[in-house]
Amino acid sequence: MSSAVIDKSKNYINHEKGLWSWLTTLDHKRIGILYMITVMAFFLIGGIFAMLIRTELFTAGKTIVDAAQYNQLMTFHGAIMVFMVIIPGIPAFLGNFFLPLQLGAKDVAFPRVNLMSWYCLIVGAAISFFSLFYHGADTGWTFYTPYSIKTDNGTILLVLGAFVMGFSSILTGLNFIATTHRLRAPGMGFFEMPLFVWGLYSTAIIQVIATPVLAITLLLLAAEKTMGIGFFDPALGGDPVLFQHFFWFYSHPAVYIMILPAMGIISELITTYSRKVIFGYKAIAFSSVGIAAVSFFVWGHHMFVSGQSEVAGVIFSFLTMLVGVPTAIKTFNWVATMYKGSIQFQSPMLYAMGFLFLFTIGGVTGVMLATMAADVHFHDTYFVVAHFHYVMVGGTLMAIMGGIYHWFPKMFGKMYSELGAQLSFAFIFVGFNVTFFPQFILGAQGMPRRYFDYLPAFEPLNQISSVGSWTIGVGFLIGLWVIIHGLLRGEKAPDNPWGAKTLEWQTTSPPPHENFYDQPKVTGGPYEYR
Amino acid sequence: MSAHNIVPFHVYRNVLLALLALTVLTVLVAKPVSGFDAGIFNFVIAMAIASVKAGLVLAFFMQLKYDNKLFLVIIVSTVFFLALLFGICTIDILTRPALTSTL
Repeated sequence: MSSAVIDKSKNYINHEKGLWSWLTTLDHKRIGILYMITVMAFFLIGGIFAMLIRTELFTAGKTIVDAAQYNQLMTFHGAIMVFMVIIPGIPAFLGNFFLPLQLGAKDVAFPRVNLMSWYCLIVGAAISFFSLFYHGADTGWTFYTPYSIKTDNGTILLVLGAFVMGFSSILTGLNFIATTHRLRAPGMGFFEMPLFVWGLYSTAIIQVIATPVLAITLLLLAAEKTMGIGFFDPALGGDPVLFQHFFWFYSHPAVYIMILPAMGIISELITTYSRKVIFGYKAIAFSSVGIAAVSFFVWGHHMFVSGQSEVAGVIFSFLTMLVGVPTAIKTFNWVATMYKGSIQFQSPMLYAMGFLFLFTIGGVTGVMLATMAADVHFHDTYFVVAHFHYVMVGGTLMAIMGGIYHWFPKMFGKMYSELGAQLSFAFIFVGFNVTFFPQFILGAQGMPRRYFDYLPAFEPLNQISSVGSWTIGVGFLIGLWVIIHGLLRGEKAPDNPWGAKTLEWQTTSPPPHENFYDQPKVTGGPYEYR
Repeated sequence: MSAHNIVPFHVYRNVLLALLALTVLTVLVAKPVSGFDAGIFNFVIAMAIASVKAGLVLAFFMQLKYDNKLFLVIIVSTVFFLALLFGICTIDILTRPALTSTL
């Protein structure tokens, strides 16, 4: 294309105008932005529920809500954060925006399917929220039988919502697999792909294989609840532990749907802000696929005390510990990448280092929980709550925030306030540890999870935890201000403000409608710093 | 796959005949029809016949035999993970102490 006819003021944001053009867009970048707005709105709602939960737990006994309302708050906090925030958070938002750009493609393989996936999320979320107003489910986000069969019908709607949202996840995964296989730029083999793409690709495999099992499980639950067909009720010839088998066959790999793309982001951030080629590229890439594969073998560690047989428990305990191997490979490679690097402590790097610190704690406590004898004590206590928040929030959310700041200039063509972003990080990081570290102690002391009330002896640590949660809230509000301020008042961003090497930084900020003015050709690896 | 593979008519005809023959076999080994009873293996025999039939459909009618091997990998891995789900659930159920089992 001749440079004389290129109008570089045109980009994907001003390519078309009007709300309708956004709601019917087939541009992966615009769909990514739709996901961003949606996920941020859900995060705000789920976050408010979290604040209400922690405020209720500030004192023993009733503080602001009663026990039934607490159960609904806890259920919706979990369901929103898992199904509407963390699962779509990285693949559907950042993945949609950057997978084709990093591959040097014009779009994803199936743009219409991509838009449909967003509508699946919206419809599923609408059904779920309707259940809150109709008759809020109170089963917890895991919908465990037999309680979920006996409780009110709001559960059916929430289950149906999760079912529909599952299709969003499947369609996104399908699209990413096809895109990665078919639309790489000339010269880009699998080992020239950025590690974020490897993370998304591994995630997509899990999304496509595991999510249908959740859909089927939820349908079985609905069939039993509405038609009395016996799958999980012993009185009807069913088995309640079978529900847990089916549920966790999806929902444990789902943890890796949350963390694998986060690990991809961390790989991008650490190599970029250390100004150094990534250490052990192939080891990190293969460990992503390894984690995806092993993630399917470990679901039974959720059921050590649920009536599962000891033989199955021993098998799952061993297999669960295997996940630590590829995860540790990644962590050591990230640390080795930083070694002798020219580390720049910009906000994305702060989040990456926060990830390393928090995710390591989450991972090590995961190994403790994988040990059957220890799990008998820790199971269903606040130790588990602290563990999975260190993994999901300390891991995934840190990566999302780091990724947002890293790619903000590319997405919107604006810079953000670095000072504000660092201040936000400080509040979130400190607040997070103040919130969740005391919960390890509470759990070890025996405080059960999901309870509305607790013994007076647990009150001081609960109060510290609640103050921490408000600190996190302040941190995210500052982060929201940083993003809005950057959008409205931010300085114009250069095409490559961080000096990064992957393809998305070779196009303009923000990118044009078709991503690149000329088809990029790949002649080397993605991280050739020095 | 760069172009569609043209499969000779007689291949499709033979596969169809094999499927029909296997269907007849399924009926014949059914206890209410023939009185044949292999006990616990009734289920195994029926599933084995059904699996062969599914394999023929996948290989010939769905062209897996002639197509990019990546699709074969996808199908095999799907079956593997299904077997994994059923297999480990079965191990759990079969090794539960009778006293605590709900089955």
